[in-house]
Amino acid sequence: MDEQDYQLLELLQQGLPVCPEPYAQLAETLALSEQALLERIQHLKQIGVIKRFGVIVNHRLLGYRANAMIVWNVPDAKVETIGQALSQIQYVSLCYQRPRKPGIWPYNLYCMVYGKDRSTVLQQIDELIGRCQLEDFSYQILFSTRCFKQRGALYPVLQTEKTDG
Amino acid sequence: MALTPLEKQLLNDFQHDFPLEPRPYRAIAERLGVSEQAVLEAMQALDDQKLIHRIGSVIQVNKIGKSMLAAMAVPTSVLTEVAETINQFQEVNHNYERENKLNLWFVLIGENQAHLDAVIADIEQQTGFPVLQFPLLKDYFIDLGFELDLSDG
Repeated sequence: MDEQDYQLLELLQQGLPVCPEPYAQLAETLALSEQALLERIQHLKQIGVIKRFGVIVNHRLLGYRANAMIVWNVPDAKVETIGQALSQIQYVSLCYQRPRKPGIWPYNLYCMVYGKDRSTVLQQIDELIGRCQLEDFSYQILFSTRCFKQRGALYPVLQTEKTDG
Repeated sequence: MALTPLEKQLLNDFQHDFPLEPRPYRAIAERLGVSEQAVLEAMQALDDQKLIHRIGSVIQVNKIGKSMLAAMAVPTSVLTEVAETINQFQEVNHNYERENKLNLWFVLIGENQAHLDAVIADIEQQTGFPVLQFPLLKDYFIDLGFELDLSDG
């Protein structure tokens, strides 16, 4: 990645303009040709820096008001298989392995479920326990009760000049 | 909320692999059998109503900088105040109250671990409560967007 890639990502984090030739507009800002800009986006997708490129919906305003983080304590030997199984489930958003905190927090697998209401989410959690063979493992459901801040990730590194990586 | 059929398609069908060609909205229009103008207007309407955050990229966690999930146990009486202190940090993107003894969960992105440690030390000092760090070990999720059920608005 070079400096122009970082500048491009910063622009893409703000969003593609809604106009007939949005890429030409971004290209002009970066003093690139439209073709070169499109190739850079393609490349950033290929190397996995851009995980997804498209419409980012506001699910809360679209009626998905319940959001639960579920934390599981699964054996280390099984975390990979279960993590992959969970990530295949349609209503699971995000699925991460994280370290336990011995004596405080035994959970090592995290996933997120969004739903229209609390009862739907609880039903979905029940269902995924069966589908991913999680019956034997302890877990906690942490519904969010208040959102104090939520915005697209702001990358401090995008504002600095970086040529490595 | 009354969404048109076109708006529903735009919300659900273009969350990943948005067309990478000079006239992306025309490419979408051709796929949906409508005019480019109709797509532009519908997309603008979705944006105006804030039903979309943006059309853009989701960056893979930890590919740029370092991301951290952090949690604190904060007495309810001072929770709002503590949350506001945390929100003032540029590095904090998300901050939620959750139902647990650890009741405040937030996500930070910094340049590296040293940067995150400095911010977290600052938060601990300003709020007076310890912060637990839960770094990402492995990401299992393949992000294809969020499938919306828009059947009855």
